[in-house]
Amino acid sequence: MSDLRELYQEVILDHNKRPRNCYVMDCATRSADGHNPLCGDTVKVYLQIEDGVIEEISFQGEGCAICTASTSIMTESVKGKTVEEAKELFEEFHEMLTGVAAEQGVELGKLKVFEGVREYPVRVKCATLAWHTLNAAINSGDEPVTTE
Amino acid sequence: MTPETITATDAAALDIERIRADFPALHQEVNGKPLVYLDNAATTQKPQAVIDAVRTFYERDCSNVHRGVHRLSQRATVAYEQARTTVKNHLGANDSREIVFTRSTTEGINLVASSFVRSRLEPGDEVLISAMEHHSNIVPWQILCEERGAKLVVIPIDDDGDIILSEYERLLTERTKIVGVVHVSNALGTVNPVREMIATAHAKGVPVIVDGAQAVPHLAVDVRNLDCDFYVFSAHKVYGPTGIGALYSKREHLLEMAPYQSGGDMILSVTFEGTTFNEPPHRFEAGTPNIEGAIGLAAALDYVDGFGIDAIANHEGRLLADATAAVLAVPGVRLVGSARRRASALSFVMEGIHPHDIGTILDSEGVAVRAGHHCAQPVMARYGVSATVRASFAIYNTTHEIDALVAGLQKVREVFG
Ligand SMILES: Cc1ncc(COP(=O)(O)O)c(C=O)c1O
Repeated sequence: MSDLRELYQEVILDHNKRPRNCYVMDCATRSADGHNPLCGDTVKVYLQIEDGVIEEISFQGEGCAICTASTSIMTESVKGKTVEEAKELFEEFHEMLTGVAAEQGVELGKLKVFEGVREYPVRVKCATLAWHTLNAAINSGDEPVTTE
Repeated sequence: MTPETITATDAAALDIERIRADFPALHQEVNGKPLVYLDNAATTQKPQAVIDAVRTFYERDCSNVHRGVHRLSQRATVAYEQARTTVKNHLGANDSREIVFTRSTTEGINLVASSFVRSRLEPGDEVLISAMEHHSNIVPWQILCEERGAKLVVIPIDDDGDIILSEYERLLTERTKIVGVVHVSNALGTVNPVREMIATAHAKGVPVIVDGAQAVPHLAVDVRNLDCDFYVFSAHKVYGPTGIGALYSKREHLLEMAPYQSGGDMILSVTFEGTTFNEPPHRFEAGTPNIEGAIGLAAALDYVDGFGIDAIANHEGRLLADATAAVLAVPGVRLVGSARRRASALSFVMEGIHPHDIGTILDSEGVAVRAGHHCAQPVMARYGVSATVRASFAIYNTTHEIDALVAGLQKVREVFG
């Protein structure tokens, strides 16, 4: 149970139940679709980027608790950040999940709650789908991304 | 009591503890809990008899087949061809020459699509399949239809997960060139009335291929009684090795089918001017086959036949009924698939909790289930879900393991509050 609590932390369960920034953005300047074929998670990320800054971000999707919470917390974490800062955050986040963490990296803040996912290799993709999709949206791909 | 003495009516007498002792992989801990393996529809564990058969081949008889005069090659050839006879007997076919070894169910379907159906499919023709097919009985037909300008037509299913037979009859027309139907659905557990469906198709002159991947492990299959044209299954779902399966085909079809792959073993003679193909089934087994796989498959079917498939079906049927009731009693659980007749598999969702999370939490309790779309995305779409949790039972499962599954689901509720 203690292991499970590491994975399913209260913050994660909360964001799963009440995802933030979860709506279709009509005035998005960029968006992208993400898909995890393994479990069927899908997410669409909407962005408004002005002068290299993520002014608004939202998402819609259907996925497991890890995926939903990760997407929700990601939207909170990158809102107001520059595109470059968002990319650095993703790198740091990814390193935390895959275990090659360089300690002196950028401050992960709330994203730390996903540290437990590292112990569940098959679930890492659930946590990173949102970020891959954000990347695709930034690069303004209309191409759907997958975690494969 | 030896397995041979157990008959179908003796089903209650299956000694599950003794059977479990035959499966080395069952006796391990996962996350500090005894393994409860309920992912049998994905693949089954292997009994020692199968492991030994494969091992003995490598330790004693390892050689190529159909091509050596030396002793080892003779032994390997005999074992390989005996395996074909074992499959023939298990399926109730007339003739060993009606059994083609394949890699899997998937390859069997591709073989029939390519060698039997392709040349018969004209623009405007139709291939008729059910809405509960595995991707392996959808995609080959989709590709073939595209190539030939034909149409893939789908028989709808009702909310319980039964094929709507009146729709089937309506969709079966003079344009239909083949019917493909799953005997037992891996996603819903539905046992389809394939015998009746085959009779209906034959009345209109349409041949039928049955996907038996989930049927061979769980119920008696008699291809002559079914009168199917083609029947395919995979060894790994019936306690055999991966990488081997079989296609049953009526001999009249095999005799006129085009080769599938080409190369060695499938020929009688080759010159640079031309080639004479070997007789079926060898015509459809190009190259060195999966010899140890065929031997392992035969050992697996012998293992099953030692208990009698009816006794196994009885045992699994009871487990399925008990599990269905027990899982439904967990708050928030909804069954996906409640067909009139089901076998082995129980698919469900839990209100507000994604199957993937359920799978992870069950795993932490040692309980292995499948969480996902089960390679049947159209079925998931039909029920408006992206995934389900599936527990599927085999000969070695116990009521005790159903308790572990239910306790795991309670834990899921605890974690998600
Ligand atoms: C009903 C059904 N058909 C076909 C298949 C494909 O079997 P294989 O992957 O062994 O070719 C499966 C296995 O998942 C199945 O359950």
